[in-house]
Amino acid sequence: MTNPNRTQLLNRLWEFQRRAGYIRDADIQACAQWLDISAIEVEGVASFYHFFHRQPAGAIQIYLDNSIVAEHSGFEAIKTAFEQATGAKMGGVDPSGSFGLFATPCIGLSDQLPAALIGFQPFTNLTPEKVGRIVREMKQGASPESICDTVESNIRYLPPEDRTIFFRECETGSALRQAAALGPAGVIAELKMAELNGRGGAFFPTWIKWNACREQPGTPKYVVCNADEGEPGTFKDRVLLQENPESVLEGMLIGGYTIGASEGIIYLRAEYTWLLPRLEATLADFRKKGLLGKDAGGLKDFDFDIRIQLGAGAYVCGEETAMLESMEGKRGEPRTKWFFPVEKGFLQQPTLINNVETFAAAAHITGMGASVYNQRGIPGSPGTKLISVSGDCHKPGLYEIEWGMPVAELLDLCEAEDPYFMQVSGPSGECISMAEKDRRISMLDLMVHKDIRCGGSFMIFNRQRDLVRVLLNFSAFFKHESCGVCTPCRAGNFILQRQLEKLDRHLAQPADLDTIRNWGAIMKATSRCGLGKTAPNTPIMAMEKFYDYFVARLGQPANSLNKSFDLERATAAYEKYKS
Amino acid sequence: MNKTVNITIDGRQIMAEAGRNLVDVARENGIFIPSLCYYAHLEQPLGTCRVCTCHLNGKAGVACTEKVHEGLSVVVNTPELNDLRKAVVEMMFAEGNHFCPACEKSGNCDLQHMGYELGIAGARFPHLFEDRIIDFTSTRMIMEHNRCIKCRRCVEEIFTDDGKRVFTYVNRGNETVVGIDYEQESRLSEAQAVNAMRICPTGAIIVRGADMSQPFGERKFDMESVQVEQAPAAKEPAVKTREKKVIATVSLAGCFGCHMSMLDIDTGLLDLLEFVEIHKSPLTDFKKFGKRCHLGLIEGGCCNSENVETLREFRKNCDILVSVGECAIWGGLPAMRNTIPLGECLEEAYLTAPLHEPGAGVVPYHEDLPKILDKVYGCSEIVQIDYFIPGCPPSATHIWKVVENLLWGEKHSILYSEFKYD
Repeated sequence: MTNPNRTQLLNRLWEFQRRAGYIRDADIQACAQWLDISAIEVEGVASFYHFFHRQPAGAIQIYLDNSIVAEHSGFEAIKTAFEQATGAKMGGVDPSGSFGLFATPCIGLSDQLPAALIGFQPFTNLTPEKVGRIVREMKQGASPESICDTVESNIRYLPPEDRTIFFRECETGSALRQAAALGPAGVIAELKMAELNGRGGAFFPTWIKWNACREQPGTPKYVVCNADEGEPGTFKDRVLLQENPESVLEGMLIGGYTIGASEGIIYLRAEYTWLLPRLEATLADFRKKGLLGKDAGGLKDFDFDIRIQLGAGAYVCGEETAMLESMEGKRGEPRTKWFFPVEKGFLQQPTLINNVETFAAAAHITGMGASVYNQRGIPGSPGTKLISVSGDCHKPGLYEIEWGMPVAELLDLCEAEDPYFMQVSGPSGECISMAEKDRRISMLDLMVHKDIRCGGSFMIFNRQRDLVRVLLNFSAFFKHESCGVCTPCRAGNFILQRQLEKLDRHLAQPADLDTIRNWGAIMKATSRCGLGKTAPNTPIMAMEKFYDYFVARLGQPANSLNKSFDLERATAAYEKYKS
Repeated sequence: MNKTVNITIDGRQIMAEAGRNLVDVARENGIFIPSLCYYAHLEQPLGTCRVCTCHLNGKAGVACTEKVHEGLSVVVNTPELNDLRKAVVEMMFAEGNHFCPACEKSGNCDLQHMGYELGIAGARFPHLFEDRIIDFTSTRMIMEHNRCIKCRRCVEEIFTDDGKRVFTYVNRGNETVVGIDYEQESRLSEAQAVNAMRICPTGAIIVRGADMSQPFGERKFDMESVQVEQAPAAKEPAVKTREKKVIATVSLAGCFGCHMSMLDIDTGLLDLLEFVEIHKSPLTDFKKFGKRCHLGLIEGGCCNSENVETLREFRKNCDILVSVGECAIWGGLPAMRNTIPLGECLEEAYLTAPLHEPGAGVVPYHEDLPKILDKVYGCSEIVQIDYFIPGCPPSATHIWKVVENLLWGEKHSILYSEFKYD
């Protein structure tokens, strides 16, 4: 039914965005005619993604990471430096139209902040002086590509005695050969035995997904790799794609072989545009070696190729069904669970979606065998996990830990400074205090074992950090990134932000803490997808675990009948007319 | 036909065809699950409004995206779930700028109706008062973004004859609005345009000339209540034992409509005065509190510093404080200015309005004048308010029934017709 070109809409919008630095009205009309849809429908798509601009946004666009760790590493000073050097105010363009300066959520460089994307090229460990130099050079005609930084992988820890899974020595293509020897059912049995769960943070058993997709009768089927690593503080997939993209591609190939698919798609977040050359080169190499294309890997009748779809700035597209919508050239709004992607996914066809790390793990498990893989980790949670450590520690970077490592050990390894508040799995995850430092990081059942799962982000905050400001940063993030479809998430995040602002301004009363808890519970129960369901987690948990801290932030103990009302602030706007 | 499965709803055993939508199955069995966005004919349910949240096998979830399957256990009516659904609708009122007395759709509005059905009386959430435009660009339709709840009905239902969308979401997050394609809109027939207005569950889509075709009082939800008052069993003796109580009333940023409504019990007022002494009040013109009062009735919110002062005076001198009417509860009609910065309001009113001589106007400011607040505040944002009587205005019987209940503990029930005020 739908125009087959529709899946190319994001790419077409990118062309226009790159050509003029923004998407002009004429471009919207051109897309509408090309797809034979109404202009407002194109407008709806373009306005969903924050890297698409509908107004002139400068010849060179600068995106400064405004995540909480960036805020703690000097965001304000860097912002000021950029404003002074370029003449553009944050969120705007300089008078000559040369530079546009914008803030954007975590760009996946939390181990080398402050950082920015300029022309979608990475600039890391910024200082005001460095900013001055960068802008000066660009004004003299240097392209961002020519002066950008080389992103460090910062691999800080691998399991000792060659127990690494993700960085083990292996010959490209050997895992696929092993998969062919095992056959589809055999691959699924290995994944089941290895107890591999989705590494994007949802921890859904991988074998169930693969098996369900394999059993679907419909064809064609698709394999999608979720490389939309948007959870603030996470950069493990970036490192994997930088250091070992071969294992990810091989995992996709094995997935394609197992379920009987012919096409693989990597949905890469636009923040990682600079990884494209490396990935395209690897794909070309795979094709040259016969690992992709007709009879891929020498397997007869297994025709499989992989392409890359670039996102355009939207955290919610990391949710698998929102990603499917985005890949179809639509607004990245999560679908209802009326159908699962394995039944009706991309273009309503059976689709297997896994995270970058999951595909890599699947390749290694197939290659080394589940019985070897299971020698790592702990019973019930075998294997290793990639963790992105950032914040107040001396050694931010990537840690491949064996499941079961206690939080305290990870804190020691990264040389955390006076740790106080740890945010695990990003803003949508959970926060823990030092009272919980002996909890293990594993996949085991939370209720019985009290272990903690970690999707990949591990942010450390020391005692000097203002927790309310941390929560406000998260809250602004969710408000900005909500897809806008359902009321509890769209309005609820805004309402929670207002309550936190009250707390920040010392106007809150004990009852306001209750409202954050109660209203958060309403959002959890009624939101349409994981974004709204998890957004209130951290405020609720933080108030439980750091209760005294929040009580100390309440307003003056007003008598029970008068509320803290800031009359001076409320009349400030009127005072302007005093002559 | 699919196989038949057994499910339970609120403990009742029900047989239904597997895979059917839970909302339909419930309705066919006489169990009402509220919803605003649900359309039975859409194969992929919208699932946007979240008002049909229930417990599905013990977990919160929406009914409209649930296919019935063997063993499904559904809980619809518990106090907690009723409150959860109510909260979602309250959130819609807090997020948008809904001023029912000034809305063309009043009486035909699903959202307003749902508010009544769920018994929404007060404001649990702070109103956000975000500035939303009213788009008059199209010559036929008006898009009133203040009222849109983003249910997506128009997006999925209204197409031109050649299959093009007229409405789509634009922007993201809290900035999401339903955009209208002016060109495609102009290609709709009059009947298609009116249908768009009709399926909108609020007053967000208005077709000029067609919006008032049905008079108020004869609209979809303007039903006569069939509820009958329970005979007040032993009211007489109760009345005889009433001790005399002192009441104060005030109108802050209100229109005195609630005070007019208080007078609406006509001669009943004379009976009431036997038991009630009206102290500081516009009805007596006492300017200052001379004694402690049992009850204070507040009309209107706070729009200036004097309102704040007066309200705090009331709080100090009254045992119980009641917000009477929408303005006192959350700002009401005067809060229409809350989406616009104060400076713009004042300059428009005193300096730049077309009737002003350029350069001659001045924004009044004097130390004797109350200071205008940046926005209109509901009373409960300033002091503790003990009770709320919703309405614009609440009916006389509603107000006095509440007063009798609060002062003498007399039982009361508010009839639907007394609660519904539009």
